[in-house]
Amino acid sequence: MTERNDIPEPLAEVLEDFEWITDRRERTEMLIHYADQFKPVPPSIATPPYPEENRVPSCESEAYVWAERQDDGTMKFYFAVANPQGISAMSLAAILDLTLSGQPPEKIANIEPDIVFKLFGNEISMGKGQGLTSMVGMVKAFAKEQLNGGRE
Amino acid sequence: MTQVNDRGYAHPEVLVTTEWVAEHLNDPNVRIVESNEDPLLYATGHIPGAVEVDWTRDLNDQVLRDYIGQEQFEALMSRIGVTPEMTVVFYGDKSNWWATYAFWVFKLFGHKDARVMDGGRLKWVQEGRPMTTEVPSYPPTVYKAQPRDDRTDRAFRDQVLEHVRAGLPLVDVRSPEEFRGELLHMPGMPNEGALRGGHIPGAKNVPWSRAVREDSTFKSADELRQIYEQEQGLRPTDDVIAYCRIGERSSHTWFVLKYLLGYDQVRNYDGSWTEWGNLVGVPIEKSETEEKEMA
Repeated sequence: MTERNDIPEPLAEVLEDFEWITDRRERTEMLIHYADQFKPVPPSIATPPYPEENRVPSCESEAYVWAERQDDGTMKFYFAVANPQGISAMSLAAILDLTLSGQPPEKIANIEPDIVFKLFGNEISMGKGQGLTSMVGMVKAFAKEQLNGGRE
Repeated sequence: MTQVNDRGYAHPEVLVTTEWVAEHLNDPNVRIVESNEDPLLYATGHIPGAVEVDWTRDLNDQVLRDYIGQEQFEALMSRIGVTPEMTVVFYGDKSNWWATYAFWVFKLFGHKDARVMDGGRLKWVQEGRPMTTEVPSYPPTVYKAQPRDDRTDRAFRDQVLEHVRAGLPLVDVRSPEEFRGELLHMPGMPNEGALRGGHIPGAKNVPWSRAVREDSTFKSADELRQIYEQEQGLRPTDDVIAYCRIGERSSHTWFVLKYLLGYDQVRNYDGSWTEWGNLVGVPIEKSETEEKEMA
């Protein structure tokens, strides 16, 4: 079990908010609230067509993730979602950006991809769950890559 | 943009245009049903009067890996205010992929007048047509369904195995990467929920989305025949089984072959790769390139 202190505090707080949710409508509203805050990757980082290596595997909404190590040692993530109706992908991307950008890779590397089910609920379809889980997996992999010395 | 009737389909009546739906928003004999891959979409806005049918909550049995039974289907129809005589029009995201899935399940229970809105949700939105977040409520109906008929449009693993042994055609509608059995490039990620990669021997790989245009509408019968017949060698008299990962994308191809091209016998294998790729001892084929690489 990952302890709460092992993962970035902002993410732990959001997960706690979701723990209180009991009905689907409330969950849906909360997820849409995050989707509304989604900001696509700026052109200074990437422009379409986006590279295949940044593409989230199994995501039917064609999502992409980029990561940078900032001068203070923390990470900054960027996301793109090609499908204009990929609301779930945008929602998760917004949550990950809001809670993980500005956090050290050590803590991001501890995140478990199953946070997707804590956010979206266990009833989410298998295909959908896989795409979203992959997005978390990519964020985690970028953080681990930094801990292992980066690509260069 | 050609009208549905000009595209040469075998059963053009199963497709309606966004214009048709706009003209029937208040038709008491028509129920519009949104069915999406993305569970958040309906709540962000939908066609006025449209009800939501969610595949995981409404159409799946909550314990078995199977679809709901007759009584649950009747209860669902009652809840969304549908009678056996009504026209049910499905639409959804991702080029109607899940709309055709819901359509397929409705056909298992014998709902007669089921149709699909060509172009789906995206086309409706892009045309600037009205959307609402108001969830409608209809008076409950009494609906008597037939017991679920799994013989005509649905295939099970043993039937698929016989089909393979008889050398009959299958269509694998997944991506070429999934078809070839390539591992996903993210280590530690679930590989499509299956222990083995590859495809059912003899299957032809036609990704489901090749049947639609950029604007999400279906291609004309001639364009579809070019793909499924000239290119892949299928014939309208063939006994065809379509499959994907869990049977959703393949219901789209089932719809295309059965209704748009008029094939006599098309079944959807909903066990699909998440069943076949986990079964002990069934034959699996990998792509030629990969076999060469492995040799």
